[in-house]
Amino acid sequence: MTAEQMKTAAPGGLSRRRRRQLSLGGQYGLFIVVVVLVIVLADWSTLQRNFANWDVAKGLFPEVITVGLRNTAVYTAVGFGLGLGGGLLIALMRLSSVPPYRAFATAYIEIFRGLPLLLIFIFVGVGVPLAFPGTNIPGGAVGQAGLSLGLAAAAYMAETIRAGIVAVPKGQMEAARSLGMSYPRAMWSIIIPQAFRIIIPPLTNQLVLLCKDSSLVLFLGITLEERELTKFGRDLAGQVGNTTPIIVAGICYLLITIPLSLLARRLEARQREAR
Amino acid sequence: MTSLDKRPGEPDGRGAIEISGLRKSFGTNEVLRGIDFRVGPGEVVCVIGPSGSGKSTLLRCVNLLEEPTSGSVNVVGVDVTDPDADIDAVRRRIGMVFQSFNLFPHLTALGNVMIAQRKVLKRDKAEAGRIARENLERVGLADKIGSYPAQLSGGQQQRVAIARALAMGPEVMLFDEPTSALDPELVGDVLGVMRGLAEQGMTMLVVTHEMSFAREVADRVVFMDAGAVVEEGPPARVIDDPSHERTRTFLSRVLDPAAARVGEGE
Ligand SMILES: Nc1ncnc2c1ncn2[C@@H]1O[C@H](COP(=O)(O)OP(=O)(O)O)[C@@H](O)[C@H]1O
Ligand SMILES: [Mg+2]
Repeated sequence: MTAEQMKTAAPGGLSRRRRRQLSLGGQYGLFIVVVVLVIVLADWSTLQRNFANWDVAKGLFPEVITVGLRNTAVYTAVGFGLGLGGGLLIALMRLSSVPPYRAFATAYIEIFRGLPLLLIFIFVGVGVPLAFPGTNIPGGAVGQAGLSLGLAAAAYMAETIRAGIVAVPKGQMEAARSLGMSYPRAMWSIIIPQAFRIIIPPLTNQLVLLCKDSSLVLFLGITLEERELTKFGRDLAGQVGNTTPIIVAGICYLLITIPLSLLARRLEARQREAR
Repeated sequence: MTSLDKRPGEPDGRGAIEISGLRKSFGTNEVLRGIDFRVGPGEVVCVIGPSGSGKSTLLRCVNLLEEPTSGSVNVVGVDVTDPDADIDAVRRRIGMVFQSFNLFPHLTALGNVMIAQRKVLKRDKAEAGRIARENLERVGLADKIGSYPAQLSGGQQQRVAIARALAMGPEVMLFDEPTSALDPELVGDVLGVMRGLAEQGMTMLVVTHEMSFAREVADRVVFMDAGAVVEEGPPARVIDDPSHERTRTFLSRVLDPAAARVGEGE
C-alpha cells in the first residue's frame, strides 16, 4: 500500500484530517448550543438582581475595602510574619545537632500539618479562653487570627525554609567559617539570605494560602470592625437578602490572590532560567 | 599601606604551621596516616600528589574544617586541636582559597570582600570598604567592584576570593588547587597574584598541579601519596630529580598530560 492509499483508506472511509475536523466541529457545536440555551433560558434579571446588583454593590463601599479587605490583609500579614519567624526557628531546630531540638521540630511540623486549620482557630479563639478563664490572646481578632494562621504556617514554612537552607552549597558555609565567622553568624549573613532567594516562590504561594485561610476568622467571635472579607460578605448578604456582597468579597480575594500567584509563577520561571 | 604587608615570622612563631603525627579517618577510611611537616614564617610550601591522596584533607585540618583524628596542628602559635582554642579567632588569621571559589553569590565583589571585615572584625563601613577596594585593586579587579560573582569569569572570581581572604589580614594563606577549575587562559592571572603575595613574604601552603609555579615560587615541595608524605625538599630536587619511584610516576603524568589521560584510564 502506498502512503497515499493509507491516508484515504482509514476505517469508516474517513481520512484522519476529515475526522479531526468533524470532532472539533462537534465540540464547538455543543459549546455553542449550551451557551445559547443558557442565554435564552436563564432568568437574567433575577440573576443580576441577586448576584450583581449594582445598588447593593455600591452600598458595600467603602467598608468592604476599609474594613473587609484591610482586615484580611492585616490577618494575613500577621500570620505570615509569625509563620516566617516561627518557621525559621523550627527549620534551624530541625537542622540542629542537638537531638531534643530536632525531635521538637519534627513533632511540631507533624502535629500542625496534621490538624485542620479550623481546629487550630477554634483552639486559639475558644479553647484557650475556656482553659484559662479571664485570659485571652492579646491583640483581639488580629492576635487570635494571626496566631492561628502563624502556628500552622510555621509548620509548612519550616519545611520550605529547611529545604532552602539545605539547597545552599556546602562550600558557602565553609568559606564563611574559614573567614572566622561563627556558625550562627555564617547562617544569618551568608546561608539564610541565599536560602530565602531560593524559596521566595513557595513562600509567595504560602501567602496566597494564608490570605484565603484568614476567612476562618468567621468562626471566632469578632466585632464589626474586625470583620474581614468573608465575614463581611456573609453578614451583608444576610442583611440585604442578596448574594452580591459575597460576589464582591470574592472579587476582592481574587484581586490579591491572582496577581500573587502570577508573581510566584514568574519568579519560579526566572529561577529555572537562572539555573 | 594595607594590612597585607604584615611581616610574618615574629618571634612567637606566628606565621608558621607545625604539623606532627597528623592522622585523619573518615569512618574506617584512613585518609591521613601520620603527617609531619612545618611551614616556616614567610615560607611558600607546595603540596603535590595524586587525586585522593589527602591533600585537601590536610589543608582542611589546618583551619579545622576537618577535625584531626589524632596528632597536633599548630598554626600561628595556636594548637588548633586544643578543644579550648578559639577556632574562630584562629581562622581569622588563616586565609583559605578553595578550588571552587565559593564566593557569596548574593553579594557583589565588594560585598564579598567586606562582609567578614564588617561582621567578624567589626570594622566600620568606610574602613572595610577602603580595605576591600585596596585588595580588589591588588588582585587587578578595581573595575569589577560592583559585579556579582555570576557576572565574573572563573579567574576573576578566584581573584575576588583571594582578595576576600587577604582583607582579613591573614598571617598564613592556604590554597587548595586554586587554578584547577579554571580555563587554561585564566590560570596565569591567578598564579600571578599568588606569586606577588609570595614575593611580599606571605606564608603560603599551596596544593597545586602547576609544576612551573611550584618550581619558581615554592621554597619547598611536598609530595604526598596515599595519606603520607613520600618526599619533600627544594623544588629543584623534588620536581626535577625525585628520589622515589612514586614521585617519578606522578610527575611524568602531570608534566605530560597525554600520559596522565592514559593513567586515568587504568
Ligand atoms: N568528608 C569526607 N567524608 C568521607 N570521605 C572523605 C571526605 N573528604 C575526603 N574524603 C576521602 O578522603 C580521601 C582524600 O580526599 P582529599 O583530601 O580530597 O584528596 P585530594 O585533595 O588529595 O584529592 C578520598 O578518598 C576521599 O574520598
Ligand atoms: Mg583536593
